[in-house]
Formats: sequence, C-alpha cells, structure tokens
Amino acid sequence: MSRTHITCTVNGEATDFLANPATSLLDALRDELGLTGAKEGCGTGDCGACSVLMDGKVTCACLVFAPEAEGRDLLTVEGLSSGDGAEGDHLHPLQQTFLEGAALQCGVCTPGFLVAAKALLDNNPDPTETEIRYALAGNLCRCTGYDKIIRSVQEAAVQLRSAT
Amino acid sequence: MQYAAPTTVDEARSMLADNPGSRVFAGATDVVPQMRSGRPEPSVLVDLKRIDRLMSVAHADGHWTIGAATPTSELTHNGEFAAMFPGISEGAGLIGSDQIQNRSSLGGNLCNGSPAADSVPAMIASEARAVIAGADGERTIPVGDVVTGPGQLSLSDGEFVVEFEIDDAPANTGDAYVRTTPRTEMDIAIVGAAVRVTMDGDTCTDARVVLGAVAPTAVRVPDAEAALVGSSLDDDTLAAVAAAASAAANPINDKRGTVEYRTQVAGVLAKRAAVLAADRAKGMEANS
Repeated sequence: MSRTHITCTVNGEATDFLANPATSLLDALRDELGLTGAKEGCGTGDCGACSVLMDGKVTCACLVFAPEAEGRDLLTVEGLSSGDGAEGDHLHPLQQTFLEGAALQCGVCTPGFLVAAKALLDNNPDPTETEIRYALAGNLCRCTGYDKIIRSVQEAAVQLRSAT
Repeated sequence: MQYAAPTTVDEARSMLADNPGSRVFAGATDVVPQMRSGRPEPSVLVDLKRIDRLMSVAHADGHWTIGAATPTSELTHNGEFAAMFPGISEGAGLIGSDQIQNRSSLGGNLCNGSPAADSVPAMIASEARAVIAGADGERTIPVGDVVTGPGQLSLSDGEFVVEFEIDDAPANTGDAYVRTTPRTEMDIAIVGAAVRVTMDGDTCTDARVVLGAVAPTAVRVPDAEAALVGSSLDDDTLAAVAAAASAAANPINDKRGTVEYRTQVAGVLAKRAAVLAADRAKGMEANS
C-alpha cells in the first residue's frame, strides 16, 4: 500500500510525514512524529484521551484519518508549554494548576483534558462550572472523579485572565 | 484502502462512479468505530470536507442552505440559525462531546441511518429537504425519505447528500426536540420527540410531530398533529397527543429500554416537546 505524504503544522512548526491512508492521525502523531502525549483510550471517540486541536478545534485524533491533516494546524499537549523542557521554560498554567491541584493520578487521560480545557479557555476565558463540565464531558477519567480537574481548570482560568 | 479528498461535487461524483465499493464520509465519528468493529473497509474513502459547498451555512431568499458535512458545532454556534430553529439546533447539539461536535454533521447523522439520530426528527418537523448528487446530476427529496430502515438509505450507489435546504420558519412558529437517555449526557436516545407548531395567539394553526428511536426510522405522527391543530394545547389535547405518539411508537426491546417504557415515554416526550415548541412560538420560553 502506498504511503501518503502529508504536510501540516504541528505545535507551531512546519512538519511532514508519511502515513498509510487508513492510519489514524493519533497513530501518525505517536508513531511517525514521536509525539506520544495523546493517548489511545478507546479508539472510538468516547474517552477523549487522544484530544488534539485541529485548526483550533478540539478533536479526537483517533477519529481523524492521517491524510486529513494535510494543510491543517495541529496542537498536541506537547505544544502547551513554552520551549522543550530546558531550564527557564515553563508549563502552561493549566499544566501547573493540574500539578498543584493533584488533578491526575495515573495520567493517561491528562493530555486530553489539558487540550480540551485549553480549547475551552481559548474561546471562553471565564467559564462557569457548568460550562467547564460540559466542555470536558468528552474526556473520561477513571481515577480522580473529576472534581480536582474542574477546580484546576477554574484556577488556571483565573491565572490566565489576570495575565492578560 | 485509498483516501481521496475531492474539492468539488463533480469531482466527488466521478470518483464514486469510477470506484465501486467507495464510501463518502464527513466527520468519520461513525465510520471509524464501524471500521474498528470489523465492517469491511471501502475501496476508496472519499472525504467530503474539502468541498466548500458541503462545508457552508447560508441564509438567503427565504431559506437556509446547510452543507451536509458542516460540523454541527458551527450550526449550534450560529445565533441566527439557533434562534429560528432551536429544535434543530438542540438536536444537532446533542450529538456527542465537543470533540465530536467539531466533526459530526447533519449529513453524517442522517446517512448513518440510526433510528435514534438526534438531529433528524426536528429536521423532518421543519420539512427540511436533502439535495442529493449522483451520477445523473442532482435531485432534491424530503429528509424523511432518505432513511428507509436502520442503516438503510434510499440513495443509490454513488449518491451522497450535498446539502440541506430548510425554508424559513413562518412567524409565530417554534420547534423543540427533547429526548431521554439512560445517562444524562453523551448517550444515545431511547426516545426522541420533535414538535414544531405555529400559533395564532393561543390557538395552534399548524403542527408537526416526529418521533425518533421508537421505530425503524424517525416517524411522523399525523394523529398527534391533527389533535394539536385548532387547539390551545389544553390538557385534553396534550393527552390526545401523548396517546397518538404512544400508539405510533413501535420500538425495539433492549437493555437500554423496554418496549413498554419506550412506548409510554414517547407520549410523555411528545407532550413536553409540544408545550416547549408552543412557548417558543409565543415568545415566552422560560429561561433555563
């Protein structure tokens, strides 16, 4: 089977890769580009562990065929923090508040929650708790019970608003 | 399997005609789970999202034109559309999470052929039309004529839905879609009911009642419509609406809902949707 050449932007950088047409964007990100932040939980769009932003819209990467990414602007959890982990780089406020609020246990769902929460706060900097719960309804966590996640998103929203 | 992304309707038509066993898709929110559960791969997967006509929402000349692959989030965030068709908007908005809403479409929801498709009853209640492209050109049919049974469509091989046309709602008209699910969110309807009414003061002058998830396809309930027209939606009328809806229900029995439960709830939801639609028609919807 011939592989397709795909050119897109990933976390702000022009990127290209090869993928079989039936490959999911999730598998391409993980296996071709080494971006293993997005996880496969269910593979059917129910759990949100593979959430990425495609042209700013939160999407399950497991439901996207890799060739669909042609020309698109993608953001994965790896693109949330500044820099690549060197000294002086800093985490995104959502990542920091998730850490401080203990909003994760096993961590498999966390990249998806962070990306979905970023999508929410990009469009709605001051969401109500109900709006946060609806915006994160496509992300399943089997450890925390969600409350710490909601509190952490609320705290990150406060920090992001005061920073602008 | 090959992947193709045509940029015009004509290009898509010839691709489908030239490649037996090909299949169109929009958001793939049903196609991927189906392929993962063992459904055979198509020869060519034809992505319709690069065709402008399938990805646009327009309002002109007294009707709306909605591209069949347009993400439902675009529709629910369109204030003008949601104000005129709150029932279609709330049905479309119930299809999954934000992640799904950014991919799911009216065309996909319809052509997946599920009797429980949330956006379909309200589209039928507003007499939406589907514009279908195929080898011989384009034809327009009522949305209610597209699905013939679970997963079964009246479309021929090589045909696909390009867009939907919905005439502007008349003055003093309101629509509503309500459903019940085992969970409160992120679930599939076990009963759905859409009602659209036009009111003259307190009197209903026109009505459409459509049930989802209680028959092999979404079904209109003419007896409930007849009960509504000429009434003020008094208690006797609403009891007649509920009885007609329950009588029209022919549901399956499964772990998500028994026949008895679905049949009774069809009546309850038809009644609730009628009241909500009438309140909207009269501009007095309670703020939720």
